[in-house]
Amino acid sequence: MTWTWFHRLGSPPYVYALAARLTPWFAWPAALLIVGGLWGGLVLAPPDYQQGDGFRIIYVHAPSAWMSLMVYTTMAVAAAVGLIWRIKVAHAVAASCAPIGASFTFAALVTGALWGEPMWGTYWEWDPRLTSELILLFLYLGYMGLRAGLEDTQRSDRASAVLAVVGVVNVPIIHYSVTWWNSLHQAPSVMRLAKPTMAASMLVPLLMMLLGFTLFFGAVLLVRLRGEVLSRERSASWIREIVNA
Amino acid sequence: MSGYGSPATGVVVPAAPMPAQATVWAGSHQAPLLDAARLALARDLQLAFRKRGQLVQPLAFFAMVTMLFPLAISPELARLREIAPGVLWAGALLASLLALEFLFRDDAYDGTLEQYALSGQSLTWLIFAKTVAHWLLTGLPLALMAPLAALSLGVSEAAVPGIVASVAVGSVALSLIGSIGAALTLGIKRSGALLSLLTLPLSLPVLIFGARATQLAITGGPLRAPLELLAALAVLGVTLAPLAAAAAVRISLE
Repeated sequence: MTWTWFHRLGSPPYVYALAARLTPWFAWPAALLIVGGLWGGLVLAPPDYQQGDGFRIIYVHAPSAWMSLMVYTTMAVAAAVGLIWRIKVAHAVAASCAPIGASFTFAALVTGALWGEPMWGTYWEWDPRLTSELILLFLYLGYMGLRAGLEDTQRSDRASAVLAVVGVVNVPIIHYSVTWWNSLHQAPSVMRLAKPTMAASMLVPLLMMLLGFTLFFGAVLLVRLRGEVLSRERSASWIREIVNA
Repeated sequence: MSGYGSPATGVVVPAAPMPAQATVWAGSHQAPLLDAARLALARDLQLAFRKRGQLVQPLAFFAMVTMLFPLAISPELARLREIAPGVLWAGALLASLLALEFLFRDDAYDGTLEQYALSGQSLTWLIFAKTVAHWLLTGLPLALMAPLAALSLGVSEAAVPGIVASVAVGSVALSLIGSIGAALTLGIKRSGALLSLLTLPLSLPVLIFGARATQLAITGGPLRAPLELLAALAVLGVTLAPLAAAAAVRISLE
């Protein structure tokens, strides 16, 4: 077995074409799963016995929160690959991840606040998970700020990659220190129940949404990656050929 | 050719030992690595003491931030005592952030960092030495000044050792985390806001444990656990931060 398939992933024209070919394979299943999951979650699933219909926001909130962490991990892995093996395409992947991850984090925060209003009686509670999510948003903004601040693409790639790797070391430390901080200051909130087992009619739509969001991330990442590759290679001859064709 | 003179100060950074010199180095009781780091540390301290005005700035800033709270909230000592840990740590965090901008900036402008990178010595150790110097010049004075600020907020004298210990240990971690941010933002114009955006989220664990230790010191509780956690963060910083900061400095020189 040869490694040519792997080496070809380092070539911008190949990745550009591959991303175009793969996008529908992510986009269509994502659309089907999200529509199906929303139908199952918002219509078919029964109301929760304690939270009523309010719990249904979980079908957007939980997948967003899950994606906010997964995108950060993807970004850090891509950045590390780019930093270690000096693969330009890996840096392009990391750069494309950041705005998507920041959007998911923002969505998780907004849906969390909307859920908190009827449940906790306040939009914002210094709950450890919400606080960690807010800090994660700042980490994304810092990463994007650093990218924007450095003009030279290569330097911006490598510096932001160092930041992403440092961030990934810090995320668990931040999360646990925030959890610890909160448990000192505040009694467990009313909502902190022993983990209830979810009924299948509630769980299946949630899993569909999780998978759908993951595939959606893949599709958006591929589209952004193509844009990123185009802007980085704007003076390359293969792009002129595509444009003139 | 035994070394490169740094143009700004004339302090010589030893170059990597030539084969002929290797015996000389082996004869001295310290590794050349540590010699270079010690020279870099001494140089930074010397330079700082020639510009004493800059040294006082973070301390004055810290005093000012402390003063804001009695004016903004209430002059009642009972209330101030309650918020004292938060005031002290927010002030210390901001003051150390303010000082971070000076950590690499002058050396990046006059080419010293480039000379360090080319000297053949371990850049990680040289950066670590610079960070140690930075802590000696800002973190330690802040730790020594924190009790004064605490006393002005109505905290009793019994809390002083705990406050000094927590700020001293915590500021080690702050300097190390900050060194990464300062190195990453080298060469960016008006990098102050970006530097805080990069550094503050990473510093939050230090703030949490530091404020907790200070609070326990004020109320007379056992502050060993948060102090040990602070020390753990500092040790983790010592092992990893200089590597990341040196990588970032190298990237800025490419």
